[in-house]
Amino acid sequence: MTFMKSLMGAAASLALSAGLAVAEPAIIFDLGGKFDKSFNEAAFKGAQRWAEETGGKFRDIELQSEAQREQALRRFAENGANPVVMVGFAFADALSQVADDYPDTKFVIIDMVVDKPNVRSVVFNEHEGSYLVGMLAAMASKTGKVGFIGGMDIPLIRKFACGYAQGVKAVKPEAEIISNMTGTTPAAWNDPVKGSELAKAQIAQGADVIYAAAGGTGVGVLQTAADEGILSIGVDSNQNYMHPGKVLTSMMKRVDNAVYQALKDGPDMETGFSVMGLANGGVDYALDEYNAPLISAEMKARVDEAKAAIAGGEIKVHDYMSDDSCPALSF
Amino acid sequence: MDKMPKWADVVLIPLISLILAAILSALVILGIGEDPVAAVKLMVEGALGSTYGWGYTLYYATNFMFTGLAVAVAFHARLFNIGGEGQAMLGGLGVAVISLYVPWPHWSVALIAASAAAMLFGAAWAAIPAYLQARRGSHIVITTIMFNFIAAALLNYMLVNVMRPEGSMDPATARFPAAVHLPTLNEILAPLGIPFSKAAPANVSLLVAIGACILVWALIWRTRLGYEIRAYGHSETGARYAGISPFRITMIAMLISGALAGLMAINNVMGEAERLVLNSTEGAGFIGIAVALMGRSHPFGVFLAAILFGFLYQGGAELALWTSIPRELIVVIQALVILFTGALDNMVRMPLERLFLARSRRRRDRGEGAPLPERKPTRPGE
Repeated sequence: MTFMKSLMGAAASLALSAGLAVAEPAIIFDLGGKFDKSFNEAAFKGAQRWAEETGGKFRDIELQSEAQREQALRRFAENGANPVVMVGFAFADALSQVADDYPDTKFVIIDMVVDKPNVRSVVFNEHEGSYLVGMLAAMASKTGKVGFIGGMDIPLIRKFACGYAQGVKAVKPEAEIISNMTGTTPAAWNDPVKGSELAKAQIAQGADVIYAAAGGTGVGVLQTAADEGILSIGVDSNQNYMHPGKVLTSMMKRVDNAVYQALKDGPDMETGFSVMGLANGGVDYALDEYNAPLISAEMKARVDEAKAAIAGGEIKVHDYMSDDSCPALSF
Repeated sequence: MDKMPKWADVVLIPLISLILAAILSALVILGIGEDPVAAVKLMVEGALGSTYGWGYTLYYATNFMFTGLAVAVAFHARLFNIGGEGQAMLGGLGVAVISLYVPWPHWSVALIAASAAAMLFGAAWAAIPAYLQARRGSHIVITTIMFNFIAAALLNYMLVNVMRPEGSMDPATARFPAAVHLPTLNEILAPLGIPFSKAAPANVSLLVAIGACILVWALIWRTRLGYEIRAYGHSETGARYAGISPFRITMIAMLISGALAGLMAINNVMGEAERLVLNSTEGAGFIGIAVALMGRSHPFGVFLAAILFGFLYQGGAELALWTSIPRELIVVIQALVILFTGALDNMVRMPLERLFLARSRRRRDRGEGAPLPERKPTRPGE
């Protein structure tokens, strides 16, 4: 048996040596893939920025299957990757199983809270950023009807919709908000055709600004809005460039900043609960050369005023996930 | 003698197909500027070089054994069951219901009940297409593949509206209670003094799968029912003439097939995830077709082919972890193996067959009497 053990040991150390030499950070992208033009891609850009600035290297993997969630986590942790960053709430279950086994490894999870001593949970105040783009939508709308198209119908996306509706009502209390969700499964994050159909339906009902918080599905919404000559609002990454002059603005969720910060902090990072809001640049609305003609000075002044008020705490935007209800919109 | 020797059919053809697939994969890897030799080394080490690798390889292989057997049993009755995917999904639903809503004292009791539920749900899902085929003549390939979509929609509805815990964002059930945790290979082998990786998901279901292989072998070749299934598969009119009811055989073969596919859920749902997630089967039902084709519908062949595909899956995961080969290309490599061993089988078989026939004819012409290649195997090209 001892011979067997040493054989196994040799095999194990051989397998280990095939892995990493030093503590490199690792990123695990969700099933959507790292080039989704939205959420995962923002994380990838953050990591790239870190790599360019520091000359460091990072490992990454795009998952192919559910069984790989835990596998990838353990593999990276066992081979000394530190920190290990997970992009997406779906990792919460696997991480809460794995985190205790690797107390010396720091884990970062985005969009979900996992309460372990070696985990940093990064969540965003999407409702605050959505409030700002909601105000812009109401000011840009001529019909008094605006649309919202969500991806998968989960509390997180309702949080976007609720913040947006509050922003719209803050400018035009009588405005109507048409809200649709693409689906109830993860496939809803990557269904541009359905997004396009929903956008057409909303336009038929009179909406002339549509906010898409739907990952890859949003590409179809933005395309249809541009084709039909109405305005759209992008999400997560700055999507203004996709249809210049047709995208009113984008609600930027700075996942890139969260990932960049995590890699910069490295293995000695502070763990715990991290909230990225308007006050610390975690969310914002996008203003660049592509949408500058669409945002008048008056609109900008009004939004910036609200932005300062939210950051300062004078305006409280209701968070749907705090009590599963929304005062401005019913689902 | 106008047939190939058996060893060539069973060993040589799959081997040549595999080598062809490997050569083409190597060219693809070379094409994107990576080193194929290093990639192969990484795959072999990652999948077979440690107990951790074996643990994952055997976990995937267990899934493929169940679905491969399911397809194989239906093949013997000349029924093409493409619905393994949907039947395994429904099996997962059965396992989840049993594990979540009944307080079990011990995993062994829970495993028996969960297996029964998985088989029942899987068989029920196969029963409808089987009935439609036997009574209405609706083609089983069409109906089973449609039932995959219905199964996905049903599971979707159950997970989103019925079984999802309050406030959870994931369309998945709650975690199963600790009492139904199936022992992993690590926990089984530790008392015997054999160290096995703790992280790997291979579990006691592997033994169930091996047991299923043996039972299926006994059923097909050692029972009257198995004989009837094979007879029906070889010739429907002949079987009818012998008094075998086509309706009965179609139903029974499909029920067994569905039950085997459903049984896969004890491995991926109960053994690995310990909760039911939306995409729990991950294409194993379709891989089962390739496994059955490659294993020539024989349980031992299915066993070996399942391990090969387990190796490809785990080796592919290692490639994704440690190289910059994109995941789409790993799917291409897996697909090449399926293509060569499954779909392009005749490409290798026909020239090889011709070679063997030409050789035996030559022998006969020389007046050596009837050649007996089984007794004296010789190399082709001699």
